Parts: sequence; structure tokens; C-alpha cells
Amino acid sequence: MKQLLVSPSPHVHGKENTRNLMRDVIIALLPAVAVSIYYFGISAITLLLVGIVSCILVEYLIQRFLFKGKSTIGDCSAVVTGILLALNLPPAAPWWIMVIGSIVAIGVAKMTFGGLGQNIFNPALVGRVFLLVSFPVIMTDWTAPASLFGASLDATSGATPLALVKEALANGETVREVFANDPSLSYSQLLFARIGSAGEISAIALLIGFVYLLARKVIKPHITLSIWGTVIVFSGILWLCNPDQFTDPVFNLLTGGMLLGSIFMATDYVTSPMSTKGMVIFGIGIGVITILIREFGSYPEGISFAILIMNAVVPLINMYVKPKRFAKEAK
Amino acid sequence: MKTFSMGGVHPADNKISCDAAIENFPIPQTAYISMSQHLGAPAEPIVAVGDKVKVGQLIANASGFISAPVHSSVSGTVKSIETVKDIAGNPCKAVVITVEGDEWSDTIDRSEDIVREIKLDSKQIVERIKECGVVGLGGATFPTCVKLSPPPGKKAEFLIINGAECEPYLTSDYRVLVEMPEQVLIGASIMMKALNVSKGFIGIEENKPKAIEILNGYAAQYPDIKVVPLKKKYPQGGEKQLIDAVVGRKVPSMGLPIDTGAVVQNVGTALAVYEAVQKNKPLFEGILTVTGECSNQQKNFRHRVGTPISAIIEATGGMPENAAKVISGGPMMGKAVSNLDAPTLKGSSSVLFLTSEQTKRQEEYNCIRCAKCVNACPMGLEPYLLSKLSRAQRWDDAEANRIFDCIECGCCSFTCPSYIPLLDSIRYGKGQVMKIMRSRPKK
Repeated sequence: MKQLLVSPSPHVHGKENTRNLMRDVIIALLPAVAVSIYYFGISAITLLLVGIVSCILVEYLIQRFLFKGKSTIGDCSAVVTGILLALNLPPAAPWWIMVIGSIVAIGVAKMTFGGLGQNIFNPALVGRVFLLVSFPVIMTDWTAPASLFGASLDATSGATPLALVKEALANGETVREVFANDPSLSYSQLLFARIGSAGEISAIALLIGFVYLLARKVIKPHITLSIWGTVIVFSGILWLCNPDQFTDPVFNLLTGGMLLGSIFMATDYVTSPMSTKGMVIFGIGIGVITILIREFGSYPEGISFAILIMNAVVPLINMYVKPKRFAKEAK
Repeated sequence: MKTFSMGGVHPADNKISCDAAIENFPIPQTAYISMSQHLGAPAEPIVAVGDKVKVGQLIANASGFISAPVHSSVSGTVKSIETVKDIAGNPCKAVVITVEGDEWSDTIDRSEDIVREIKLDSKQIVERIKECGVVGLGGATFPTCVKLSPPPGKKAEFLIINGAECEPYLTSDYRVLVEMPEQVLIGASIMMKALNVSKGFIGIEENKPKAIEILNGYAAQYPDIKVVPLKKKYPQGGEKQLIDAVVGRKVPSMGLPIDTGAVVQNVGTALAVYEAVQKNKPLFEGILTVTGECSNQQKNFRHRVGTPISAIIEATGGMPENAAKVISGGPMMGKAVSNLDAPTLKGSSSVLFLTSEQTKRQEEYNCIRCAKCVNACPMGLEPYLLSKLSRAQRWDDAEANRIFDCIECGCCSFTCPSYIPLLDSIRYGKGQVMKIMRSRPKK
């Protein structure tokens, strides 16, 4: 007699799975990866490879020997963390710093909480911020993306646009003077390639990734757009009040980790809210905190901190901000 | 194109049996007529062993307000009144009839003519529908006469005929629309007369353009019934979703469709109403799809209620070689069949074969909080949370998060990239919470 399967409905599945979603995120990151390899050559490749391998390895070892469970590296989320962490580092960073970052990102920020889906904070960002406060010199040693493939190691170093402005302001210059004196701060330069971490240098590459993620319905646009909207409004108000002291909204959108963070880090499933209303609140929070840190804090860039701070609020948002229900409560 | 306002998923529609014209399934040698073919109390048999019965003869009376009488679907001798097992293996009382010939009750009009004039008045219509044992054929098998008698204080404003057939694979409603469009429209007109409403809609998903076209051809003859094409999206045919899609009103939480002025009836029900009122034919036949990629044949059958499912499988080339699951109903909300000898019921809409590859559950992974279930939920609930609360048996929190609004459509489980069977635990939790809510003293 033939045995039949019996289980409750639904009897079919949409065939979407975690691994495919992660694969789409990796594909969306490819333009940014390509740009970083184009400008920084071997050093970018080294960072990416070390990042991916060490993240996978850390997760595998912890899962295998500490949790004594089935390997979870098949879901590819460690690969995403590895790429994101690599894209977040200065291109000339030494390879071993990447290993430390991976141990913190996967080992501390992800596996301590129980692995994928359980962590409160975005692993790649925890790794990056850990490195930033532990190795401030290496983490702010920026190579200019002026050179072509292979020649990058000899390239000149410089400050990121945000740091440039912050420094100039501290020296008593006005924002207008900085922009007039430095051609690297033109919008076209900012859009295509400028000084920064390996992944954030090209706004265009990141925007292509964003469009891909939206087209594949991997993410909803709410978080990213509400960050951008908040940044434009908040920094716009400051800029209109005092254009000598504050940078303009477009500059704020195109510089620092704004695009990389708002497109790829803030939208991390695990550490962002579940409802669309919650996503908007989350995005506004990130936008406000980022601009506060940039304009009034001592760090030139603040989106990493902003996302991590808002990550901590996500459980609270999920508890109190409910999706729009279909039906009203009966009278 | 109209559709419901939130959530929903897009399963492949796989209507592979859509071109198979309805055929009469051979009368079985023995019919097992279940007394539990409707929502509510089982019917009470009024025949005794040895009695001769005709096709369409009353064999069991309704045993309460929410119940329905049962008629014989065959002619012959009552062999026994015993407990048989339904598709899930649960016991139910059934009248077993040994078939002898095919002798119909004289009162049934068996001619092919379409009777257009509605002679009965509103009260008589409801009475006739009740006597003929008509129940909703969209899945819930709720007695139709109850739906057509709104409670005091509530007034129906319009009738919606559900022709969405949003479940993948199923084509029985589609075939009825294509082959018997006028009967459905007359059935709808009868129900509109019973409800004393002048507005009727018939919602059909856009993947059935032929049905939409055919019905539009009758627009001049039935000006009160408007064909509403709907976007292809599951669960378009859910009662609450359909009302939302067609007229943009939302049934309140814990409320009934009538709270929005709507009465929703399925296409199959409209046909059954037509036959009951115009042809005096009780509900003892149904249209059933036999399908699935692995199925030996693609068929739409008119079956006599009480035909064993195994007989239908036998007649269509036996159990398909690689079939792993047999489903009665659609793949999203249908029931898995564990007892193939179970008889068909009034509400049986399909015998669907799925292969192991199509239906076997995958290993469950961690929730990655992707919110896909939240986006897919057509009721605006948070399935991930309800599932977690149900697993933890936190009934108060589950109630506060409105687990009782769940319509069990399965969109959440369907969409979950971690293969978490969210609906399994939500269904259980919903049952527990409803029990608690019912046990509270009424204010």
C-alpha cells in the first residue's frame, strides 16, 4: 500500500528561501564590489576574500564546536556579513584587521545571540565600529581612488569628504570656502568615486544595488527612503539656517556611509522592524542621529552609530507599532 | 483592476484542467452518504435499513438551525446506517445505499430547458433552498438559507457571487461559469429576490477571461448583476477579501459580511440554488476537479454525493505513480486525504494529486525576521508573532494581537523563506483563544 503524506494546509510553498534572498543581496552588492576592485585592486580583493572566508569560518567553528549543531553556513548570511564588513573598511587596511572584525561581527554580534535571526545588532556594523574604536589610525587611513587596477597601493592618502569639512570647520574655515578650495567635493566626483571605505566610494554602484533589491522585492523601500528624507529635511533646515556652518543635504546624502548604510545595513532583515510603519520610524531615527553626529559630534561620520542605536530600539518598535489591520475592532 | 487592499501572495495558478468539459461521473455501486456534509449539527437519518429510495429523496432531516437536510444521490436499497470515516479518518454517520438503477424522484424537473421566470416569492425561495439542503460550496459548507435570512436589524444591500476561484488548480467553478452561465445568473437573481436587493456582483479573477467574456454577453438580460474582473491574487476569493475588492468595504473584526451589507455566495452555490428553486432538485450532485501535474487525467466531473474518492481515482487511471499527497480542495486551504475510501460530500471540489517535490515540507530554519509573512497577511496580522505566542501558549498576548482575525489562508506559511509552518501553530493558537473568548460570560 502506497503511503500518502498528510499535513495541514497550505500544501505548497512559494519556493523562496533564505539562501536565495542572501544570494540576491550579494548580487546587489556586486556593483560596489566591482568598483572597489577597479579602484583598489589587490588590496580590495584581499579584504573581500579574507572577510568572506573568515566570517564563514568563524560561524562554522562556533556552530560546530560550541553549539554542536548542524552547520548553518549554507544560508550564505555569513558571506553577506563578510562582504559588507570588507566594504566598510579603508581599502588599505591590513588583512589581519579583517580577521579581527569577522570574529567580532560573527562571533560576538551574531552567534552569541544564537545565530541568524537572533541578533539585535547588525553584525557587520558591530565589527566595523569595534575596529573603528580599537584601531582609529588604521580605520581612518583612506586611500584615494585615483589609481587604476594594480597601482593602488602606491596611491595617495587623503581625508574623506566628511572629515575634510569637519577639519576645515575646526580650523575656522566656512563650509563655502572648503567647497570652493577643493575640487574633489564636486557632486560629480561624489556620485562616481571619492575617498572613502572600499564599498562606499561610488554612489552610482550602490544605487544600482538598491534598484536591484527593490526589483527583486528583497527589501521594501521604506527604511532607505525615510532615512534619505530625514537627512534631506534635517540637514536642509540646518543648512538654510547657516550655510557657513552646515553642509547641504545633497552632500550629506552622497558622502560617508550614508548610501551603503541606508541601503544595505539599515535594511538588514534581522535588525530592522517588521511593520512598514515601524520601518519609517526606524529610518527617521537613523537620519536624525546621523546628522546630529555629523554636525555636532566629534566623529565626522555617524551612520554606523545611528543604525546600531536604532537597532536597539527595534524590539520596542515591534512591540508598540502594529501593522495596519484589515478590519476594525467590532463595536 | 480591483483587488483586496492588503497582503496576498501569487502562487502559480496551474489551472491545467480548465479545458476539460464537465462529464457525468458514473454512479457508484454503493453510495456512502454522510450526515455531516455541512457546517453545524449532523443531519438525522429518517430512512431505515431495507428502505427503497429514489434519487433526490429526503433521507435525513436537519437537526438544528445551523444544519441541512440530506437527500439520496442514488436510487436503491438502504443497506445500513453506519459510521464511516471521512477524508481525515474521523468517524461520521452515513447512510449506505446499494445502488439499483437510476430512478429519480418525480418532483425533479430533469429537462434541459432553462427556467428563467422566478415564480416563488422571497419566503418560499428561502424555504425551498432549506428543504433542498443547499449549502455554501465555496469551502465552508455553511447552510445557504441561513445566509439568505439576515438577522433582525441587519439589512442586505447587495449580493456578491464569488467566481474568483483563487485557489491554484481548481477549475470546477470556472467550468460552471463557462458551461452554465445563465443558470448561475438566474441562481444569483433568485438569491437577490430572496434578499430583496437589486444590486448583484460577480467577481471573477482576470485569469479566466473566457468566463468574464461569456458573462458579459448576458449583461443586457441581467442588468442588475455586474461582472467585476479581479486581479489574480490569492486569497481573492476569501469572503472578507472579496467584499473589500468588489465594493471596498471591510468586514469588522469578529463581524459578519452582512455588517457591510454584503451576502457572498459561491458560483457552485448559485447553480445549486437555481436547480433547487427552478428545477426542484435537491443538492446531491457536485462539480469536482481531478487534477495535478502528475495526475493521469485532467477532468471536471459531476459526481453523485457519496461516491468513494477511491472510485474516482480508479476511474481516472488509478493513483498516479509519483503522487505523494491527495488533497480534497485547493493546495492552499484544502485538506490532505488520509482515507481514500471516504465518500465525496456536497462541498467536495477536487481530488488534487501533488508530488513529493511539490508538497513535501522542507526543514525549518531560524526566523530571519524578514517580515514577508507580515506583508503577505491579508488581514494585517503579524504571523511570526502569533506563531511564536502560540508556541509559547501566551493566549492573552495572542488575543491582544488579534489571532482571532486569522482566516487561515496560508499566505504566511507559503511565503516564509525559512519554511516555518506558521499557520500550523497559529491555527492551534486561534482555536485555543476562541475557546477562551467563548467561555467568557457575555456582557
